[in-house]
Amino acid sequence: MEQLKLPPIDYGALLPMLILFGAACLGVLVEVVVPRRARNAVQLSLALLSVVASLVAVVLERGTRTITIGGAVAVDGPTLFLQGSILVLGGVSLMLIGERSIERGGVFVSQAAVTAGSQKDAQQAGGQPGATEVYPLSVFALGGMLLFVAANDLLTMFVALEVFSLPLYLLCALARRRRLLSQEAALKYFLLGSYASAFFLFGVAFIYGFAGGIQLSVVHEAVANPQRSQVLLYVGLGMVAIGLLFKAALAPFHVWTPDVYQGAPTPVTAFMAACTKVAAFGALLRVLYVAFEGVRWDFQPVLGGIAVLTMFVGAVLAVTQTDLKRLLAYSSIANAGYLMVGVLALNDEGLSSTMFYLVAYGFSVLAAFAIISLVRDPDGEATHLSKWAGIGRKSPLLAGIFTFILLAFAGIPLTSGFTSKFAVFGAAVEGGQTWLVIFGVITSMLLAFPYLRVVVLMWLSEPGESTPAVSIPGFLTSAVLGLGVLVTVALGVVPAPLIDLTREAAQFVR
Amino acid sequence: MEHTFAPATGVLSNIWLLVAIPLASATILLLLGKRADRWGHWLGVASVAASFVLGLIFFLNLSGLDAAKRSAELSLWDFIVVGDLKVDFGLLFDPLAGVFVLLITGVGSLIHLYAVGYMEHDPGRRKFFAYFNLFVSAMLLLVLGNNYVMLYFGWEGVGLASYLLISFWYTRPSAATAGKKAFLMNRVGDAGLAIGIFLMFTELGTTQYDGVFNGVDKLAAGTVLAMGILLLLGACGKSGQFPLQAWLPDAMEGPTPVSALIHAATMVTAGVYLIARSNPIFSANETLQLIVVSIGAVTLLMGCLIGAAKDDIKRVLAWSTVSQIGYMFLGVGLGGGAYALAIVHLLAHGFFKANMFLGAGSVMHGMHDQVDIRRFGGLSKHMKITWLTFGTGWLAIIGIPPLSGFFSKEPIIAAAFEGEGWQPWVFGGAALLGAGLTGFYMTRLFVLTFHGPARWTEDNKHPHESPAIMTIPLILLAIGSVAAGGLMASTVPDWLTPVLGEHGEEHATVLPHVVLQILGIVIPVIGAGLAWALFRNGTALEPEPAGVLVTAARRNLYTDAFNEAVFERPGVYLTRALVFLDNKGIDGVVNGIAAGIGGGSGRLRRLQTGFVRSYALSMLTGAMLVVGAFLAIQLGWLA
Repeated sequence: MEQLKLPPIDYGALLPMLILFGAACLGVLVEVVVPRRARNAVQLSLALLSVVASLVAVVLERGTRTITIGGAVAVDGPTLFLQGSILVLGGVSLMLIGERSIERGGVFVSQAAVTAGSQKDAQQAGGQPGATEVYPLSVFALGGMLLFVAANDLLTMFVALEVFSLPLYLLCALARRRRLLSQEAALKYFLLGSYASAFFLFGVAFIYGFAGGIQLSVVHEAVANPQRSQVLLYVGLGMVAIGLLFKAALAPFHVWTPDVYQGAPTPVTAFMAACTKVAAFGALLRVLYVAFEGVRWDFQPVLGGIAVLTMFVGAVLAVTQTDLKRLLAYSSIANAGYLMVGVLALNDEGLSSTMFYLVAYGFSVLAAFAIISLVRDPDGEATHLSKWAGIGRKSPLLAGIFTFILLAFAGIPLTSGFTSKFAVFGAAVEGGQTWLVIFGVITSMLLAFPYLRVVVLMWLSEPGESTPAVSIPGFLTSAVLGLGVLVTVALGVVPAPLIDLTREAAQFVR
Repeated sequence: MEHTFAPATGVLSNIWLLVAIPLASATILLLLGKRADRWGHWLGVASVAASFVLGLIFFLNLSGLDAAKRSAELSLWDFIVVGDLKVDFGLLFDPLAGVFVLLITGVGSLIHLYAVGYMEHDPGRRKFFAYFNLFVSAMLLLVLGNNYVMLYFGWEGVGLASYLLISFWYTRPSAATAGKKAFLMNRVGDAGLAIGIFLMFTELGTTQYDGVFNGVDKLAAGTVLAMGILLLLGACGKSGQFPLQAWLPDAMEGPTPVSALIHAATMVTAGVYLIARSNPIFSANETLQLIVVSIGAVTLLMGCLIGAAKDDIKRVLAWSTVSQIGYMFLGVGLGGGAYALAIVHLLAHGFFKANMFLGAGSVMHGMHDQVDIRRFGGLSKHMKITWLTFGTGWLAIIGIPPLSGFFSKEPIIAAAFEGEGWQPWVFGGAALLGAGLTGFYMTRLFVLTFHGPARWTEDNKHPHESPAIMTIPLILLAIGSVAAGGLMASTVPDWLTPVLGEHGEEHATVLPHVVLQILGIVIPVIGAGLAWALFRNGTALEPEPAGVLVTAARRNLYTDAFNEAVFERPGVYLTRALVFLDNKGIDGVVNGIAAGIGGGSGRLRRLQTGFVRSYALSMLTGAMLVVGAFLAIQLGWLA
């Protein structure tokens, strides 16, 4: 019997992920060992440190182009760029998660198991410090995302998908206020997420049946020289795509997004809007570009149709929203459509411009949710649009920042929103997908309307009696806001350096 | 003709200051907030005036250069590089941009000055000046960009500023609706422009002016036509031309200085600028030119007809703007030498229309914001300066020699009569008829406002002249209305030759030139005389039932009803359908009954609208569609 041989492992290339998983395990131990009072500070520092260390490891590995542990993980330009993006955006999200000065005890519940609405719940809502488990959970999720964008076979990808999804389901349920809403959101996300995962896994089985392997390069070979029925390939591709489209929130697999964005604690929403998007599109790019590039003519129209549908659903439904978090959820759906336009360019420009878009959008959306977390009334965050009327009179600085971010979402020139849309549309034109660009332009014109309506509401309406107070942001939230605005301006005015970086990174290994 | 631009050197390398100064002022006013309330408006005026002085210096510098090298291109930095496309963050100061800069900053300074007085009692005056400066900066960027993407930047910027300024008096629901309408109609145009720019990028690989213009010859006729129509769509949206004209009159809900600067003198002429700037594209295709001319002719007649039926002083002026821009479109559509004629008319119009809008503002200032001309009358005795300045604008727009309008409009009418076949008769006839109608409705406006018996309402016993800070700009603009046309008609066409090409040989007109010139004076005078005779003794205080044509004109020739039926209602239905599908559709079909019975208390506690089972079902449907589509492709059902 042949002896089972351990495949060679490039630990350097895996270091960013190993650091995060190690730190997350350590975080679980901290829960046990460190006294309650000091826990928050220790956990937050540990999480941020691990992210920074992991980012340093990514930067050190920036030249690496390799496939390791038996073909399960590919570390190449896109992997490193996307991992870096996830880490940077994740670090910023952690700062939001760690903010404790806006509300006594932070936005997370202290004991998630207490029945919502009970006496005990009222007590803990009063100000017991929030659960610190959120930090290891977030770090686990980040680690899973890093693996997700690096996964070079479909099973590893599935495992990574679950690794980052499970903590997210939990995080969604941990809101201190409006706990029923939060729990409902988490349950919905969990059920639908599992449903989508099942599709993904089933698709992997079909692909295995078709290609006789699950490594992306094997699939690529099989697509080029098909040995078995192509029906297996197309059914498999469709189902794998569905699993990824779900995470990326593309229509008609977007249905969970508004409810979950609305119900989840705002820092978690921000985390999902920024980081999950990067991870999902990172994996989608890899699967489509590396494994299925050979059938591009077949999937381009189908996924193109999905992109168009997504842009329309996001843009049109954003107009009808009256809750800011839901409005941003639909906006994030529409943005997923624009990202898809970039993906479907299926050329190097498509890859680089999509990566650019992910970073630009991530920073803007983090700043947007940071602002939402600041506008509060006695029931917690005041997310209904009517409450934002005239807020520009009460706190012009905050309203000014939010206006700027909304203008960026609307794609007004000299913000990153314009450059990033321009880049993906330009790439799609190069890739011969002009029809997608036409729909993209039309919907982005539509989508500007809800944003500008909020702007007018904030500045040109009379503040009502119920206009909530705006909390003074703590250091962490201020830092997030500052960063978000800075990056949105910088990428809007001088996008060239980051675009160059994405172009250098835009080469998959197979 | 090979299109090249000389790089900016010497003084001209500072042209970026033109855009930067108003932008800096706007930023300061917005950031300082209430602290700047006391002096903010003066900063606003000073920044535009500074841009005007600089613009003048640059203009004189440019005129000192050789005619062949009369341009200054300044590349600030590489903006975006996607694939083969390189977009430059660059500016271009050439004769065309030069005259626009002077118009925007010159007329802009006067209107800013006027606004200091007009907005004196408004608590939001500082914010108003911030938006106003923002507008000037964006407008300058629009005319100074050296490629279509920069133009688009300015285009979006002026749209944004216009939206904010129309909605400025948020307390009026009509202002909010008007802002929305302006926004949506402009978006239709903007989408056209954006797609047009992407088309350039696909076909020519560049959006720089020189690259695009040099590449046009190599394109297929159909491509040029498509590109031109898309740009034209943008131009129609911004300039309030048919079929996107409906927003402009409603935009009068904003403060009057806004109407004067944005919706009369500058922003609404951006469409004319776009076409004149893109003259190599438009001249390359005759069908395209015919479309532009037709739009101009239709719009100019439409504006006249509706303008004659309106009673709101600002709306009459607004429809008059629509109609006058129609003349400019007619001019740029005719091509050749008429490009320059259209620009001359644009500049002259900038003076006399700004003059009349500010005059209307002055009347409103003295009459407690009354806007109904049926409620004016006899104001010439009480507001002498406004009466005289408005009078120059009135004579200028009608085209009475030797005022501005005569020199700028008559040549366009004559040019419309050039050529052979049916076209000169139709377009020339429309232009001439429009001139007669212009005489009629402007005289109606003038006489009903300033002459005849007073028909004031109870609370308007004591009309008064406006303060000096408002009348001085009026006087200056009146001087412009008298003199600008004659001066520019003789100089500007030559000045613009490097951009718009040679005039070419004179084409024969279908009627002798002398006859046209006489008709061009006589017909407006007949129109004006008719109006004078009809309205000399005032008019009824309320609109009276009238014939079919007047009723139609009062209702904007039913274009609003058309828009509502064709665009608005389907949009509403689409939205409703999507909301329905997204929230209830599938659930409603499959689980409706179950939910109705079994919901009970659970429904009351439900916080979100969606059921997870219906979400799952919609995902399943989607999944079946996706997989089905793949299979269909694979089996060759969908080619």
